Amino acid sequence: MIRFRSHLLICGGTGCHSSGANEVKKALEAEIRKAGLAEEVRVVETGCNGYCAAGPVMVVYPEGIFYQKLTVADMPQLVGEHLLKGRPVERLFYREPAKKEGIPGMLDIPFFANQQLIALRNKGLIDAEAIDEYIARDGYQAAGKALLEMTPAQIVDEMKKSGLRGRGGGGFPTGVKWSFCAATPGDVKYVLCNADEGDPGAFMDRSILEADPHSVLEGMIIAARAIGAHQGYIYCRAEYPLAVRRLNIAIDQARVYGLLGDDILGSGFGFNVEVYQGAGAFVCGEETALMRSIEGQRGMPRPRPPFPAVAGLWGKPTVLNNVETFANVSPIILKGGDWYASIGTETSKGTKVFALTGAVHNIGLVEVPMGTPIRDIIYTIGGGIPNKKKFKAVQLGGPSGGCIPEEYLDTPCDYEAIIKAGAIMGSGGMIVMDETTCMVDMARFFMDFVQDESCGKCTPCREGTRRMLQILEKICHGHGVPEDLTLLEELAGMIRESALCGLGQTGPNPVLSTLRYFRNEYEAHIIEKRCPAKRCAELVKFVVNLEKCTKCGQCFRACPVGAVSWEKKQPARIDRAKCIKCLTCISTCKFDAID
Amino acid sequence: MTKLKLDDLKKIRDRVHNETMLREGGATAKVTVHMGTCGIASGARQVMEALMEELTLAGRRDVTVTTSGCIGLCSEEPLVTVEILGQEAIRYHFMDKNKMRQVFRRHVLEGEIQTDFALGKGTEHKE
Ligand SMILES: Cc1cc2nc3c(=O)[nH]c(=O)nc-3n(C[C@H](O)[C@H](O)[C@H](O)COP(=O)(O)O)c2cc1C
Repeated sequence: MIRFRSHLLICGGTGCHSSGANEVKKALEAEIRKAGLAEEVRVVETGCNGYCAAGPVMVVYPEGIFYQKLTVADMPQLVGEHLLKGRPVERLFYREPAKKEGIPGMLDIPFFANQQLIALRNKGLIDAEAIDEYIARDGYQAAGKALLEMTPAQIVDEMKKSGLRGRGGGGFPTGVKWSFCAATPGDVKYVLCNADEGDPGAFMDRSILEADPHSVLEGMIIAARAIGAHQGYIYCRAEYPLAVRRLNIAIDQARVYGLLGDDILGSGFGFNVEVYQGAGAFVCGEETALMRSIEGQRGMPRPRPPFPAVAGLWGKPTVLNNVETFANVSPIILKGGDWYASIGTETSKGTKVFALTGAVHNIGLVEVPMGTPIRDIIYTIGGGIPNKKKFKAVQLGGPSGGCIPEEYLDTPCDYEAIIKAGAIMGSGGMIVMDETTCMVDMARFFMDFVQDESCGKCTPCREGTRRMLQILEKICHGHGVPEDLTLLEELAGMIRESALCGLGQTGPNPVLSTLRYFRNEYEAHIIEKRCPAKRCAELVKFVVNLEKCTKCGQCFRACPVGAVSWEKKQPARIDRAKCIKCLTCISTCKFDAID
Repeated sequence: MTKLKLDDLKKIRDRVHNETMLREGGATAKVTVHMGTCGIASGARQVMEALMEELTLAGRRDVTVTTSGCIGLCSEEPLVTVEILGQEAIRYHFMDKNKMRQVFRRHVLEGEIQTDFALGKGTEHKE
């Protein structure tokens, strides 16, 4: 078998054919033979490349060079220069069509202009694996100040003054938490960082750990000093390999510099950190379960009190904070609690990082001052809803949270205001949903998640969430009865009151909030046996609406099992015997013409 | 390496500041490939490989290549920042190997900003 040193993939799609690919290919092959390269390089004709406007196009491997607008006349040069001498012919390179406008300044781009960066202050600026670059951005200055110039009580005071509240979801004031632990006597105490990040759709903490691991370490050092701890653990899920790797690199570098270990910065104070990898169970993000897991036991919550500040890891006084909480600590120590408290609202200070995802243009990570209306995050920063779809609701706080509909979009980012609107601030997951989302199906998804992740220790959560899921499935399948709604509410109330930990206590929230705002959708499923968003397959008829059908044939092309028949200028028809109810035709149809 | 004191932190800060800010230290250009999970998933490694090949070919010692984390706009990854001494930084989005080669040859080596691929100029860090 001949091994070719180079492969030339020339496009043989219809577009390139009509722009002369055939002739170009013949000329190319002739040149190759002439140059005696027939045994070394191979010409392959491929399917459509997609850049038809620039055709004929060709990609040359191993270099991966993309040539465009090739002509027969170009072939001698291409073979002579590129294939013989290894010098790619630059004038034939692919160029994206030129944009008319100039380049906007980064701060003229709404996505960036409306953000305020504290926790993400170093994002994209520094090499996460180079401690010197963190130091260059005032890194470890706050640790120096805390260790050399401040007493533990002063650190706690500054944190209290800042008004920072835990970013892991609970929103408990960080300074107060530290003061409890500082007040508990004991020579062995622990500082833990919660990097479990289990909410579906959330990636704030991962991003901070990947981009700026030292900011978390520095926050932990300051916390350790405040409470008198000498050992810390970062509990990070093993599914975050890059975060784990960068954390370990950061820890090693900090040790070499003496920023971790004994006698940090000559202060006499010592502190060490280790990464503990979790296996990714959602419940292990709950503080008591997390500590069990670090102890080597099965991650199950226990009743509180005693609170971790009194009896935490191995029964010792412990402070546990979220990644983002720790990332806020250094700026607070450097610039002062008053500075931080000057940002935000009455009860919610500083900024919050959100992982913006779902039906929104700019999927990504945003940090905004507290008080920013949710509408601004979705529309100004997020760029609104793609594909000309209508906004339906935004889910905050994942499976423990709730959704906010259009009427409440002006709710500001503020712990209390969001609770009033029926959701929670949560850890920062923000999932935007458009009109194609069925709210019953969405509630079912989260209930499925919760019952799946329930550790099974307490009956209300183990049995209750399963019962709720069964009812929701029944409704989605079209077998719901009106009493189901009262039963759902009753069960939700009971689980809320009696579950052992936050997982169960908050698990019914997505159901309750959708019942509050989208009760009509539940009723449509139950009474009319209809899913308004056409997401619940059992409730879709799969019949083409002849008035709306534009005869475009998109559904015909999309159907994976050939259940749609269509001819030019004829409306489509769906053969329901062949149909597997995969909903592909529904999502493909731009005219809402399938009922 | 001996353990640092507070003064040493300041020394490192000043030294690195100069290096990363391209003021001294001999570098005239810096290319940053943003390599968070989002960037890597959308091909930042390949972009980095192409960049390194180009750098080797060009044999320029005054161009530094570095990595950094996500800048937040995950839906437009891979993102690359090019900083030329004395000029505003340019951020490029939706990069791939070919675009990287083009940006390197035309912008980094020849100073011609590749407007077509650019997301924006300057920085979003207000300070
Ligand atoms: C089921 C469950 C899952 C949780 N998952 C997380 C998590 O992934 N990350 C996190 O920081 N906090 C999580 N929490 C909250 C923690 O129990 C704890 O309140 C928090 O880490 C404290 O840090 P903070 O005060 O800085 O927010 C979870 C709570 C519950 C009940």
